[in-house]
Amino acid sequence: MSEFVQYLVNGFAQGSIYALIALGYTMVYGILKLINFAHGEFYMIGGFVGAFLLAKFGLPFWLVLILVMPIVGGLAVLVERIAYRPLRNAPRIAPLITAIGISIMLLEAMRLIAGAQPRAFPQPFEDVIYEVGEWIPSLDGVIVQRSQMMIFGIAIALMLVLNAIVMKTKIGRAMRALSMDFDASRLMGVAIDRVVAFTFLLGAGLAGAGGVLVGMYYNQIEPYMGQLAGLKAFTAAVLGGIGVIPGAVIGSFILSISEALVVGYSESSYRDAIAFAILIVVLMFRPWGILGKPERIKV
Amino acid sequence: MNYVLQITQLLGINIILAASLNVINGYCGLFSIGHAGFFAVGAYTSAAASVLWFPGLAASHPDLALLLVVGVGALSAALAGLVIGVPCLRLTGDYLAIATVGFGEIIRIVLLNLESVGASRGFPGIPLLTGARLPLWILFFTALSLLAMHRLIRSSTGRAIISVREDEIAAQSMGIDVRFYKIFAFVLGAFFAGLAGALFAHYSQFLHPSNFTFMNSVMILLMIVVGGLGSQIGAVLGAIVVTLLPEVLRFNETLSGIRMLIFGAIMVLVVLIKPQGLMGLFHRRKKVGVTAV
Amino acid sequence: MTDPSLKPLLDVRGLTIRFGGLVAVNNVSLSIRSGELVGLIGPNGAGKTTCFNMLTGVYEPTEGEILLCDKSLVGVAPHDISSRGISRTFQNIRLFKSMTVLENLYVSMHHEREYSLLDTILRLPRFAVRERALHDKAMEILKVLGLDRHANTAAASLPYGEQRKVEIARALATTPKLLLLDEPAAGMNPAETAMLATYIQQIRKDFDLTILLIEHDMSLVMKICERLYVLDYGQLIAEGSPETVKCNPRVIEAYLGGSVGEAHV
Repeated sequence: MSEFVQYLVNGFAQGSIYALIALGYTMVYGILKLINFAHGEFYMIGGFVGAFLLAKFGLPFWLVLILVMPIVGGLAVLVERIAYRPLRNAPRIAPLITAIGISIMLLEAMRLIAGAQPRAFPQPFEDVIYEVGEWIPSLDGVIVQRSQMMIFGIAIALMLVLNAIVMKTKIGRAMRALSMDFDASRLMGVAIDRVVAFTFLLGAGLAGAGGVLVGMYYNQIEPYMGQLAGLKAFTAAVLGGIGVIPGAVIGSFILSISEALVVGYSESSYRDAIAFAILIVVLMFRPWGILGKPERIKV
Repeated sequence: MNYVLQITQLLGINIILAASLNVINGYCGLFSIGHAGFFAVGAYTSAAASVLWFPGLAASHPDLALLLVVGVGALSAALAGLVIGVPCLRLTGDYLAIATVGFGEIIRIVLLNLESVGASRGFPGIPLLTGARLPLWILFFTALSLLAMHRLIRSSTGRAIISVREDEIAAQSMGIDVRFYKIFAFVLGAFFAGLAGALFAHYSQFLHPSNFTFMNSVMILLMIVVGGLGSQIGAVLGAIVVTLLPEVLRFNETLSGIRMLIFGAIMVLVVLIKPQGLMGLFHRRKKVGVTAV
Repeated sequence: MTDPSLKPLLDVRGLTIRFGGLVAVNNVSLSIRSGELVGLIGPNGAGKTTCFNMLTGVYEPTEGEILLCDKSLVGVAPHDISSRGISRTFQNIRLFKSMTVLENLYVSMHHEREYSLLDTILRLPRFAVRERALHDKAMEILKVLGLDRHANTAAASLPYGEQRKVEIARALATTPKLLLLDEPAAGMNPAETAMLATYIQQIRKDFDLTILLIEHDMSLVMKICERLYVLDYGQLIAEGSPETVKCNPRVIEAYLGGSVGEAHV
């Protein structure tokens, strides 16, 4: 029982990070029907920018987190402007290709700047380990790290903020309208460019925050971290229903907890394959995911 | 001289690869980015054939052995194409792209864990087979593949495949079994990728799963994007550019180091500025139909 | 021209389709005899194209039967429909844009190419002979519609009116018994529409066709249709000769009676 709970704890921490990345994928897809292949790189860049700010300026952790989001978000807005916006009316394959190109460019740029090897993420504070067994004897052996609680807490807080923005503000309403019917929204006068840019800002900002949190959690970052994490977060978004915001969160936790359980109970090296397996299964049987709806083509 | 010979062989292999992907992405309009997976299947099965299954033949009749193992590689890849294609090709656009990436990765991970072909240590000792004649064989297979693909495209079957890209619903109504032709194009592309893989295995004499990653699939995609989607000549030109560019850059160390960055930039720039690729520079907009080249 | 004692070519009974809670087509029955030129009219959203989609297998009806020459079409895959003898054009032109006019027609003739993959790869003599035959047959069709000078032009570069005709030519290339035309005159000016009327009657004669036509342009409908079916909100509200239907109060009300903001199906 303790083992199971431990895996859950680990799963929730990791899932929070996947969720922060997955939300960006799903928001962009919901509006533009574009899979932003470069999104994982924003997460990676967030980690590096965070590390830089911590090391170079010695800023407190909470400040670094707050600064990283607009920095990474701003980069995403730039990318959108250059590589996706001109292709809004092009065949769908076009922005998909530029997205891959941008992904390669961002990855390579960071590799050239920071080197391909993993590097240590500055420790902003001492991590504390709480032994749950002290309060709940039946869960003896379960430990929760302070970093895990922070990740979960911060992620939830950010998601609540996102929810407030999407549900309660004017621009959030515009985002929802665009994702439901792009053309009608345009005809109704929605400022498409602004709303899309804002969506990228939000999505990448969250991913960047995720990068900082993961750096803090595992104490290291590397230029390639965006590739695998991006793919997994994307799987999570697809699992939950791509384009559906709550789906990204649900999918993320399902994925991370599954990973934790499989790794925990079978000690296998196939952890990364789980995401692929889930992806394939979802695409084969229910490509629109848990919360999504199948599309109908009009003849 | 040796260097030029090496590059030429690699060029031939990449030309076949690019042309094979062009059948799937360019002519049939299916966004497949796991093509390196078929390349891998062809490479590994043909290597297994040379080293594990028919080592005797490889020693005594190398030319015959080469034909055999190339056949093995191509057919295995075609089979993989069928197995993957049947479930995947029900999906549309973006979902298909993701599924192909997923399967490409699965193939790589399986090879990474498969002891019989060396797993993470790689597969060494693949015989050169026809020795000094290998470059000629590669030339021969390149020409043969291009000719075969060209003839298939310039036929009613080719037109059926293209009609699927142009408008699935109209194609259905005019009697084309869309599902069948998607799978056909996919398997055809996989077949030639496998053929290229078999040649690669015997050219390189050593295989490792890291030769067959998502990045490799992206490189093949880059070849046809640069050359111009939906054009066989474009695929050839694109393959030449993408194969030779790193060699040209080799002369300047800085440039060589940022080679991947340059490739990424090329992908973005080509799509933004000249989406018809290199072929767009030659074709004027007076179209003469899709089956001209 | 049509013998009333013969069984109908197309016999549709009780055709109904529901999308979720919405009944798009409700209990529609039609009967068309060989050689007839029949119109299917009604306000926007009445379900006319949906009927076409069911006849061509794109949608499967929730209820009802579709019989072509006494054989059921329900459940037949869309790509098999054309070999049963039905072909269609589309409301929004769906030509194969980067192909030439001839190539568009060749696609329709794929099932009669009569050569194998081996012939293709080895370029055996049969390949060239059959390709020539396809070419000749396609040119015949194009000539009838006045499109032969465009034979090697990319479909996308033709003017709109010509593109609509290419759609018809392409449908004819499948050698249908029954041709479904979905708003063939949409976007055409009166001169083009008058020409279209002539073409439609010409192809009916030359290719021994039966034609079912969806159309909003009443001048075309009145001019060439022998009989009309009128659909409104998915239901059949009238049937008969154009003159009779024109005066039918229910029909008039359907077209004029609704308020400006009425919901469409």
